[in-house]
Amino acid sequence: MSIPVLKFDAVIVGAGGAGLRSAIQLSEAGQKTAVLSKVFPTRSHTVAAQGGVAASLGNSEEDHWHWHMYDTVKGSDWLGDQDAIEFMCRKANEVVVELEHYGMPFDRLDNGKIYQRPFGGHMSNFGEKPVRRSCAAADRTGHAMLHAMYQRNVKANTQFFVEWMALDLIRDSEGAVVGVTAMEMETGQVVIFHAKAVIFATGGSGRIYYSSTNAFINTGDGLGMAARAGIPLEDMEFWQFHPTGVAGAGVLITEGVRGEGGILRNASKERFMERYAPNAKDLASRDVVSRAMATEIKEGRGCGPNKDYVLLDITHLDPATIMKRLPGIREIGIQFAGVDCIKEPLPVVPTCHYQMGGIPTNYSGRVVAPKNGELRAEVPGFYAAGECACASVHGANRLGTNSLLDLLVFGKSAGDSAVEDLKLGKAHRELPADAAAQSLARIDALNTRRGGASVNETRLAMQRTMQDHAGVFRFGDMLKQGVEKILEVEKAARQLEIGDKSLVWNTARVEALEMENLIEVAKATMISAEARKESRGAHVRDDAPDTPEHPNGRDDENWLKHTLFSPVDNTITYKPVNMTPLSVETIALKTRSY
Amino acid sequence: MSQRTIHFKIYRYDPDKDAQPYMQDISVEVDSTDRKLLDALTKLKAKDDSIAYRRSCREGVCGSDAMNINGKNGLACLTDLEGLPQPVVLRPLPGLPVIRDLIVDMTQFFKQYHSIKPYLINNDPPPERERLQSPEDREELNGLYECILCACCSTSCPSFWWNPDKFVGPAGLLAAYRFIADTRDQATNERLDNLEDPYRLFRCHSIMNCVDVCPKGLNPTQAIGKIKDMMVKRMV
Ligand SMILES: Cc1cc2nc3c(=O)[nH]c(=O)nc-3n(C[C@H](O)[C@H](O)[C@H](O)COP(=O)(O)OP(=O)(O)OC[C@H]3O[C@@H](n4cnc5c(N)ncnc54)[C@H](O)[C@@H]3O)c2cc1C
Ligand code: SF4
Ligand code: SF4
Ligand code: FES
Repeated sequence: MSIPVLKFDAVIVGAGGAGLRSAIQLSEAGQKTAVLSKVFPTRSHTVAAQGGVAASLGNSEEDHWHWHMYDTVKGSDWLGDQDAIEFMCRKANEVVVELEHYGMPFDRLDNGKIYQRPFGGHMSNFGEKPVRRSCAAADRTGHAMLHAMYQRNVKANTQFFVEWMALDLIRDSEGAVVGVTAMEMETGQVVIFHAKAVIFATGGSGRIYYSSTNAFINTGDGLGMAARAGIPLEDMEFWQFHPTGVAGAGVLITEGVRGEGGILRNASKERFMERYAPNAKDLASRDVVSRAMATEIKEGRGCGPNKDYVLLDITHLDPATIMKRLPGIREIGIQFAGVDCIKEPLPVVPTCHYQMGGIPTNYSGRVVAPKNGELRAEVPGFYAAGECACASVHGANRLGTNSLLDLLVFGKSAGDSAVEDLKLGKAHRELPADAAAQSLARIDALNTRRGGASVNETRLAMQRTMQDHAGVFRFGDMLKQGVEKILEVEKAARQLEIGDKSLVWNTARVEALEMENLIEVAKATMISAEARKESRGAHVRDDAPDTPEHPNGRDDENWLKHTLFSPVDNTITYKPVNMTPLSVETIALKTRSY
Repeated sequence: MSQRTIHFKIYRYDPDKDAQPYMQDISVEVDSTDRKLLDALTKLKAKDDSIAYRRSCREGVCGSDAMNINGKNGLACLTDLEGLPQPVVLRPLPGLPVIRDLIVDMTQFFKQYHSIKPYLINNDPPPERERLQSPEDREELNGLYECILCACCSTSCPSFWWNPDKFVGPAGLLAAYRFIADTRDQATNERLDNLEDPYRLFRCHSIMNCVDVCPKGLNPTQAIGKIKDMMVKRMV
């Protein structure tokens, strides 16, 4: 069978915040670019972001990118690369202002400038007290941002392939990336996109967990594709559990609620965060708050008949403030918890939210992998940005509002890097003869397999395993068992069977192909987590407890290094953290407390 | 956990195998944690993986799962199962070509959205910092910028059914007014010119179906009225 080949200068996979930001750079530079997305661009999950985007604009009080940088390094529990962190924090004002120029409807201060609110872990003067750094459009920042960037792309005439699913990454014999295969959902047709530059912006993979704030489509396709093409995945043991998912539903309640004055309370109405983080209290970093909540619940101070959640209380706030700054949250409370937060507190639990790890890149958005002894060798033709990438700015724990910033800064820099490389004027590298073989084999197997595993049951088995074995608190023996279990699930995931064989809009096929990506992410997570024998940021193990020798269980002597999981043989190697910023002094190691 | 059964009547059509669309009777067990119609559909799909519908965020912000639910357009993820009359009759959004089952071809809908130039137009050189806007001016955008492009409104509008290629429809007009109302936008006249035509704007007869169905509580009719007022003022 001959497969159609479409030729472009650049192909961007993903039309969420990161993909759209890259697309602006490429389209405005006049490069022939295709943007592929499983969903219409404004349906990407960036749309769900609520609280805001970080930038030290200093619109309400004094602020500096250097303070922001300090907070981000500290938030990352020193696992973030300090060159990338400096780059991001210094670029923040520029990219946020650009967004405003694109038409983003930020809330405003009386003087007409962008409104800013406090957010967890963002402090002034190197950790002194909370600072207003989060630029917000009510509690719909992601929606406002995604639409504004889509609109800018309409203006720039970007060419979209909407409801096309990328299947596999194509690399040539030298390892350079030369394109992707993709399937048009409406017709089931598989096509090769041949390109000089491929940018992955496929978003997160939160659906590996049972309870998640992520959308159905957040299935880690970019990571799956990279893994199948032999690219290692970085720091996959680090998953952020957001403190406030609606109990039972998983839908997110933004940290902005606490930024506006919300308070977490246990069954006896106590403001328990005062005990865990006397300084920042409810606005401590997310991993700290999530663990405090899990501890309250574990020790029997949870609320409700099963004592399995805590309360987020804003009943003391002026209803007018709630209606103005948090209208979406009020709707979510009513819709998904049956609670009007003006009158009653919201039931919340820590919920899987964000992957700190991903496809390894440098701060120019170029994908880097070990090659011939060089740990950070660029993979020619391959770029990545947003939640699927690991720059690494979030290290072991991301600060709220730093992800929307990440996708702006690195979406832009990945786009700029691609433009820069395209301007060298090189020809397309040749496609390998079997460029589509892997994708066609995967589809063919789904069309013909009988007696295989159900997609739904396999996904549930994976999600339960991840939830039980790699959650907020981790245990050495549970992780060991988790590895065995997830390898068992992997066998099923390689033998999926679907009932629907139609060519037209076959959602069963899409879900099966997504499952093949999810399992790569789940496996990388579990194996990386089992291997890291310390506690750091969001990764906390019972067998690496808080001791005077290793405060918080962190062991810098042995573990101040990035994990690289090799999907080819399930092995792990490590690479050093970059502790050298671009222009300022290293932010020296310190014990983390809030 | 207490289980209950939800009965459905679902529009089915797969051009790959069905000569004609048909209504399928099917039911599914849900438990007490399944609050929304989308939760029930997810369970249903686990039972019969051939039922095709779009969905993503499951919290009413992405606009994917708009469908006709018991005769009224809405989002499955924001529709409570509690109190929903059964059998739950599900059809694709009316007035757009059906691709398969509950999935419609939205090309025409987005074409109209794109036709109003849905982006900020400001030809001054961008300042170093943000353009200033007073909180009051910003407030003018509330009720406009929150649109999730779900198409519930346009596909419940008779004028859009009859002239989907000529009438912009409520969602597109709401977006048009979102830019007209933005103090940073400089293209108001051009935008009004773009709508000055017997069909593009003036096919709206204020039937208000759009307002009635919008899952985000937006009011396209009011926005349309404001554009019409501006047209009139411009003429005198
Ligand atoms: C509920 C919620 C609230 C949040 N709030 C905040 C906040 O206030 N501040 C903050 O900084 N961060 C927040 N975050 C995190 C942040 O929103 C995300 O990390 C970020 O939006 C991810 O953007 P992205 O562009 O990387 O991916 P996404 O927006 O998820 O986009 C991924 C894109 O890739 C496409 N895609 C995926 N796979 C394929 C494939 N195989 N083929 C073709 N296309 C594909 C999808 O269609 C989509 O277009 C929040 C996250 C959640 C879940
Ligand atoms: S008010 Fe206008 S746009 Fe809305 S449904 Fe009626 S005719 Fe359509
Ligand atoms: S106005 Fe309302 S109904 Fe219409 S597309 Fe927007 S959100 Fe949907
Ligand atoms: S699934 Fe996103 S709006 Fe319903």
